[in-house]
Amino acid sequence: MSTPAILVENVTVHYGEVLALDAASLSLDTARICGLIGMNGSGKSTLFKAIMGMIKPDAGRVLINGAPPAKARREGGIGYVPQSEDVDWQFPLSVRDVVMMGRYGHQGFTRRPSKADRAAVDLALDRVELSEFANRQIGQLSGGQKKRAFVARGIAQGATMMLLDEPFAGVDKRSEATITRLLRELASDGCTILISTHDLHALPQLCDEAVLLMRKVLMHGPPEVVLQPEHLAMAFGLDVLNRDLPVRDVPAPDAVQDVVRNEPLRNEPAQDRS
Amino acid sequence: MDLFDIILEPLSYDFMVRAIVTTALAAVVCAVLSCWLVLIGWSLMGDAVSHAVLPGVVLAYIVGAPFALGALVFALIAVTLIGVVRNTSRVKEDAAIGIVFSSLFALGLVLISVTPSQTDLNHIIFGNLLGVSIPDLIQVLVLGVVAFAILILKRRDLTLYAFDPTHAHAIGLSPRRLGALLLGLLALTSVVALQTVGVVLVVAMLIIPGATAYLLTDRFSRMLVIAPVISSVCSIAGIYLSYYLDTASGAMVVLTQGAVFAAVYLFSPRQGLIGTRLAKARRRKAVALAV
Repeated sequence: MSTPAILVENVTVHYGEVLALDAASLSLDTARICGLIGMNGSGKSTLFKAIMGMIKPDAGRVLINGAPPAKARREGGIGYVPQSEDVDWQFPLSVRDVVMMGRYGHQGFTRRPSKADRAAVDLALDRVELSEFANRQIGQLSGGQKKRAFVARGIAQGATMMLLDEPFAGVDKRSEATITRLLRELASDGCTILISTHDLHALPQLCDEAVLLMRKVLMHGPPEVVLQPEHLAMAFGLDVLNRDLPVRDVPAPDAVQDVVRNEPLRNEPAQDRS
Repeated sequence: MDLFDIILEPLSYDFMVRAIVTTALAAVVCAVLSCWLVLIGWSLMGDAVSHAVLPGVVLAYIVGAPFALGALVFALIAVTLIGVVRNTSRVKEDAAIGIVFSSLFALGLVLISVTPSQTDLNHIIFGNLLGVSIPDLIQVLVLGVVAFAILILKRRDLTLYAFDPTHAHAIGLSPRRLGALLLGLLALTSVVALQTVGVVLVVAMLIIPGATAYLLTDRFSRMLVIAPVISSVCSIAGIYLSYYLDTASGAMVVLTQGAVFAAVYLFSPRQGLIGTRLAKARRRKAVALAV
């Protein structure tokens, strides 16, 4: 059996008193696209941080291609596409500048770009179809273009693994399709991709497998199985019940589906709207 | 008296030449650093560190150590204390910063009051541009050049740190080390600027040039040129103004920078309140003429 690209073993993380991840385990093979679904606070971002080695788990371990994450980081194997709200879009950098940041691991002390670096950046920009916008300030792109710029950074970096945090938030349907196609291409080139998303509609077209997260991995399987209402209820339904419904009844499966589709994280009384 | 004389007359005094050289140097280093500070949102941190170095400088004076060493130690203490108060109590960061830097600044003032030869040390608070001695100038020169060189050589890493520390981490760099480097350089630069405008006004030199340049361009690499140019021109203009108007020199330097910021804030073609409207009107006119 081959070594999994990403192996998360019984990882537990606390932020102070708050339990963010509770013995979460996940194994992902090379060149697969995996969708990570769960509510806000279900530990998606924490799981990303643990995989990148940004936080040290209280228990458990993470292996990237069989080695600790530090090795993968040094080799430039990990590409990261941040959540929109984590980026300062007013920052005075051009699209090309941002993509060039993917090359820093390959460069010397002052990160002076070489010819090879420039070529890699041009190639990456071309691949995500942003060449004509290369000199735009990063905030002057549309939602989907912004995401593609960061994917290009991972491509220029030569990442063999990409982590995308909410890549479809604030992205229109057409851009979503473009990004989906792009990610599928990358996966067929051997890139392992982990995506956290709220967009459950897009999941079956995009992902080979899906993971349901609620502090621990509740379920890991093909998207169409994980997306079945009774399974989603495990991750989303209970919370909806506790906060919004006075009766502790399990809602009908299609009701759960509805709640989930209507942005489950807002915590509005969703049942009033249908 | 023509323009030539206006420019040359102050230069006939050695102390004026030293003042101008020192100020221009401090202005350039501070301005370069300010580009990162305003983008990361560390302006308050700049304020805090530049005040908190005071006891370090005084202690260094008392034991005869280099000012920079004392300043670095206290900058580190300040940053650590701020972090501890923020992380281990319910007090928020801005309050933590306020508590720590004002307390350390007060400690510095107390130390000054019990130290003989107070005149020298009071200059640290308000600056003593016209009294810069040759050893002072050499110290500013050495520290300034070191800080400037590190900032420029590591500018791409620092920008990455400011823009996306998570990516920095993901590609094997250490955001913590880069943050520490920037804070260290902040402490060093504070010492450089102490000579010219004094502790109280250092923060102006550490924020205004970067903020002004940010309103003028969408490219960080250009900010790194615009900020020091504006800052050094303002500083020298400020010294001349203080010479002819007979006003406090350090304060005049800051006032000039503030005035230029105000002008840019209003008239910058990209971001300015009035400037963007003028540019729009001009475009409309051009379109109308073309039709």
